[in-house]
Amino acid sequence: MEEKTKIQVKDFSFYYAGSDKPALKNINMPIYENKVTALIGPSGCGKTTLLRSFNRMHDLYPGNRYEGEILLDGKNILTDDIDLIDLRSRVGMVFQKPTPFPMSIFDNVAYGLRLRGIKNKSELEGRVEKALKQAALWDEVKDRLKDSASGLSGGQQQRLVIARALAVEPEVLLFDEPTSALDPISTSKIEELVVSLRDSITIIIVTHNMQQAARVSDYTAFMYLGELVEFDKTDIIFTSPKKKLTEDYVSGRFG
Amino acid sequence: MMDLAKRRKIKGSIALGLSTLAAVSGLFWLTFIIFDVLRHGLPALNLELFLEDPAPPGIPGGGLRNAFVGQLLITGVATLIGVPLGVLGGTFIAEYARGTKLAKVISILSDIMVSVPSIVVGTFIYAIMVKPVGHFSGWAGAMALAFIMIPVVLRTTEDMLKLVPWTLREAAFALGASYFRVIKDITYRAAATGILTGVILAIARVAGETAPLLFTSFNNSYFTLDMSEPMASLTVTIFNYAMGPYEDWHEKAWAAAFVITVGILFITLLTRSIIHWRYKD
Repeated sequence: MEEKTKIQVKDFSFYYAGSDKPALKNINMPIYENKVTALIGPSGCGKTTLLRSFNRMHDLYPGNRYEGEILLDGKNILTDDIDLIDLRSRVGMVFQKPTPFPMSIFDNVAYGLRLRGIKNKSELEGRVEKALKQAALWDEVKDRLKDSASGLSGGQQQRLVIARALAVEPEVLLFDEPTSALDPISTSKIEELVVSLRDSITIIIVTHNMQQAARVSDYTAFMYLGELVEFDKTDIIFTSPKKKLTEDYVSGRFG
Repeated sequence: MMDLAKRRKIKGSIALGLSTLAAVSGLFWLTFIIFDVLRHGLPALNLELFLEDPAPPGIPGGGLRNAFVGQLLITGVATLIGVPLGVLGGTFIAEYARGTKLAKVISILSDIMVSVPSIVVGTFIYAIMVKPVGHFSGWAGAMALAFIMIPVVLRTTEDMLKLVPWTLREAAFALGASYFRVIKDITYRAAATGILTGVILAIARVAGETAPLLFTSFNNSYFTLDMSEPMASLTVTIFNYAMGPYEDWHEKAWAAAFVITVGILFITLLTRSIIHWRYKD
């Protein structure tokens, strides 16, 4: 089956401010459309750094430097003239710790929509409901949309944050270790969610948990010391990797 | 040799005893002052105090309307100048200029400003706003109080904004928010309680200031709403009346002290209920 490439990473290197040593070295890999791609590797391997390049999160801190290209639908997103607000509408992000905003559940989900100038109440309500349903949170919060989001449990908060990201209908969703702060039940709910979203959205997920990568992803990239060691279908990475280093890592011999 | 658990228990009870003692002695003096002000101030309290201006010395009756109105005007104008400048300055150093040398310099200067004796601020304003025009004015008093407020509000705003987790801002940026929207929608909300508390503390602090007003708004036995004239304030009036020779003045000073204490208490309680109400939302 031929996959459609959503994002193409080309000769991509990344330097943190004040450092001559690249944090990412010459990465080349595709991200396929409407598939889940997992980025795995030991701490400090650069997987989060790579993830945060897809929505140019590094631009928040002066002095960081990109080299090479990241093509989103064929267009390089690393150029200076790219509209970051537009890019971040297309490429959403969910963080390690739940980040509910200090406002009601409804306002949290509606935040991105309001940022885009949507004021119509019924449109907001419709899209908030849709996003909460997509994030499998609707039934739990539909009677208390006006309540503060901080009253939700950690797992609910993380699904709320996912709903918030989904509400603006991004094409790509980035997950940065989305379950590392959650209990096992919440974790499995988030995993189910990731799997259910796969048909409509391109997902990239950074995870420390190899079982999780194996469970939710279609493709896996194994990274080590800022380099991409191996990229392939997830079952190949976990059952018959081509590189010794990958095999050692996925079998738990280091990392 | 005592066993470890027993020693820890003893140490624990010593620490508990000392901290209880400290709390009780603090509370004792606080309640003592409040009750003293209550005991003397309450009997002197009457409607004329608020509705009438001072009678000539020695003549009974009269009130402190001029001082109440003057106090409100001076503190109000000071708040209108000091709070926006303080909050915006704190926002600048905690957000836009975070981590830069400039931010550190402003922060340190504010710390020094906070500990400058208020009378120094009074003489400074005297030099730039009273001396050149040749007379005291309500504006000068308000400016002196605003100068005292700015660094307090600025540092509190800075500290409170810095307590907001950075990931919260990142999450808003990741949704495509501009920095202005992130500050307005996210960090101000998250830090609202703390900033509001700082603002109230600053108002409460300047509302009790006397020294800077002696050099700036001075005093006025007559009622005025014109801020370009010398203006009476409760604190300066308390000072004058308490020092004065008349028993009648002493009573009025106690009444004024009572009102200003209750007023500050009321502002504090009001803030708390606002915070409570907002957070329930």
